[in-house]
Amino acid sequence: MEFGLSEEQTALQDNVNRYLDEKAPLERVRQFSDGGQERADDIWDGLVELGLPALLVPEAHGGIELGALDAAAVCECLGQHVTPSPFLSTAVLAPTAIRLAGSEEQQNRYLPQIATGDATFGAALSEATGARRDAGVVATKAKLNGKALFAIDLHSDYYLVADTENQLHVVPSDANGLTINALPQIDRTRPIGEIILNDTPSDALLNDNQGSALRSVIDIGRIMIAADTLGASQEMLDRSVQYALEREQFNRVIASFQAVKHMCAEMAAEIEPSRALLWYAAHTIDEDPEESHLNACHTKAHLAEVGSFVGKTATIVHGGMGFTDLLGLHYWFKRIGYNRQILGGPELVREEAARAQGLA
Amino acid sequence: MDLSYGPQYEAFREDVRGFIETNRDSAPRGESMKSERAQSWQRLLIEKGYTARTIPKEYGGHGGEPDIIKARIIGEEFARSQTPAGLGGQGISMLVPTLLELGSEEQKKQFIPPTLGGEMIWCQGYSEPNAGSDLASLRTSAVLDGDEWVVNGSKIWTSTAHLADWIFCLVRTEPDAPKHQGISFLLFRMDTPGIEIRPLVDMTMAANFNEVFFTDVRVPKDQIVGKRGEGWFVANAILGHERDSLGDPNATLTRLNRLIELARQETVDDQRLIDNPVFRDRLMKIQARVMSLRFNDQRVLSSRINNTDARLARMISKLQGTELRHELEGLAIDIMGEIGLMYGSGDYLTDNGSWQSQYMYFLGLIIGGGTSQIQKNIISERGLGMPKEPKYEQRVEA
Repeated sequence: MEFGLSEEQTALQDNVNRYLDEKAPLERVRQFSDGGQERADDIWDGLVELGLPALLVPEAHGGIELGALDAAAVCECLGQHVTPSPFLSTAVLAPTAIRLAGSEEQQNRYLPQIATGDATFGAALSEATGARRDAGVVATKAKLNGKALFAIDLHSDYYLVADTENQLHVVPSDANGLTINALPQIDRTRPIGEIILNDTPSDALLNDNQGSALRSVIDIGRIMIAADTLGASQEMLDRSVQYALEREQFNRVIASFQAVKHMCAEMAAEIEPSRALLWYAAHTIDEDPEESHLNACHTKAHLAEVGSFVGKTATIVHGGMGFTDLLGLHYWFKRIGYNRQILGGPELVREEAARAQGLA
Repeated sequence: MDLSYGPQYEAFREDVRGFIETNRDSAPRGESMKSERAQSWQRLLIEKGYTARTIPKEYGGHGGEPDIIKARIIGEEFARSQTPAGLGGQGISMLVPTLLELGSEEQKKQFIPPTLGGEMIWCQGYSEPNAGSDLASLRTSAVLDGDEWVVNGSKIWTSTAHLADWIFCLVRTEPDAPKHQGISFLLFRMDTPGIEIRPLVDMTMAANFNEVFFTDVRVPKDQIVGKRGEGWFVANAILGHERDSLGDPNATLTRLNRLIELARQETVDDQRLIDNPVFRDRLMKIQARVMSLRFNDQRVLSSRINNTDARLARMISKLQGTELRHELEGLAIDIMGEIGLMYGSGDYLTDNGSWQSQYMYFLGLIIGGGTSQIQKNIISERGLGMPKEPKYEQRVEA
């Protein structure tokens, strides 16, 4: 029995963390966010060199064919470093969708270029988890019309688009009738936007079993987002402890005050069990599919709550400095805030968890 | 991730299941530890190695090799089938491991076999009215007079004192030594002259605890575990064991499943509470937390098997387990509304009032066995490396 990350998975995390520590520290993230850059190609190139886009791609298509837990381990690192990268859509959502619903020809076309990092993906799935402001994409005769709101990993080469019938499509970013408008938002490490489609030709992923591919894509996506929150939360706790050990008031380090210690203990007490929940949920994606939907819902919603608690508490431990841009702690706070809403806020997702058990 | 215990353990699980299936009719049904039924069941379980598994045969145990997974499987199977497992109580769970570690050969031979057999019942004399979280400041004294210790003082929160034959008791024997170095660990009979027991009724209105008063209680000099002044270290040798057992996530899962049933049955204005989105949301929130603590528990188990580090995961389990259980029981009361106020007896009392009594009992467990505040000190100091609060030399009064 081994409940946790394997040695290989820990080594994978060590590699990703080492790379991000060196090449994508907070100063680099700031350049991206403050400079209004669309893509951080230098960071992505390094992630590609580590082989990350190939993680979930089958070996037959040039991938490494690992599982959801490996991908979640990477997402934890990305959250920890508030990394700007299209990893979620490119390395997780798109290969999952194409593997489950793409024809052989479509798999041959897309999966190899995902594995090599030559093609990046964004994803327009927001409407499938709850449409806002009349957004929605309608598919007719291989043409897409309508508006997809809050598409993630914007400025990519392709988009994975869900239509109102829960069918998935691949649309290249230079397709006819496609307009992309970035939406200024709170988390500036990951661009999101609206995609307007006007008789846009699509490559529909029709090899799908009654829309179940979309369900699976959202499940795995929710687990990845939860992992990102876990990494960001752990980083906020680590920074809080470190700061409290350095900051002196009343002639002592503030880490010696029980008021401060208990806030840190409460963060740890929330983070640790959610780590086990996340591992288990990721495990079910590959090993226990019947359990995976419920676990994905609970993991997404629970990490959203844990993240909000940690984001608030860690900021307070940092006192006034926590509120400043100077320290940059808000990058993690906002990362967690984004993760809370994307692919469904906790109340909506908990309702899905109830439905999954026949309780709603 | 590898969640299987392996084929040899699945075979072991089948053995345990088979045993339970065949023998459960002879299990005790709520009889006391002293009953023949409870004691013969205990003898059977020891013989099979389903309790007292790793305790040497010469002390009345089964004499098996330590095996965390087998111990877990035994626990799971007895719990799943709701079959009484081996005898418990503080004698078996706390004193026996302490004696195995630090007792003299004579003490092991004298005390462990009758304790395991259920013939000798113990209570634990640790907390005092003025020594709670700061246990090491305890004042009950023992003064050597010839061949006997003379004990004076009082203890509180002493569960089973009214049933116990013996007490293991922390007393101050070296009043001039620093507080942690002046304590000794004594064993004595509860029918010794000078002991008075008063039941302590708690908020559940049951007497789960007692106060115990000692007036010139005379204890033979050799009934001490470890040396004079080493009692604190004797007591701490196994203190972690107690904490691990509070807020057991598998018991919490059983309660959660019952809670979901309750929400499907209970109605207000003819609407089932499960159909009320606010209650449903609260239920789902709790379910996610129950799941995360269960998986946390599996992670801790796995770290013990594989000798990996999961210190923080282990440290948070008492804090989170008891807080969550209290909240879960409280949600049941909210689901029942005014019916949740019923207590003791009456036509409307649901599930024997267990939600109400457990709601209060778990508030007690948030406090007992190291309060939540103390748990947070432990987590921040030993888990996160934050410094202790500086010693305040002066006494502070409001």
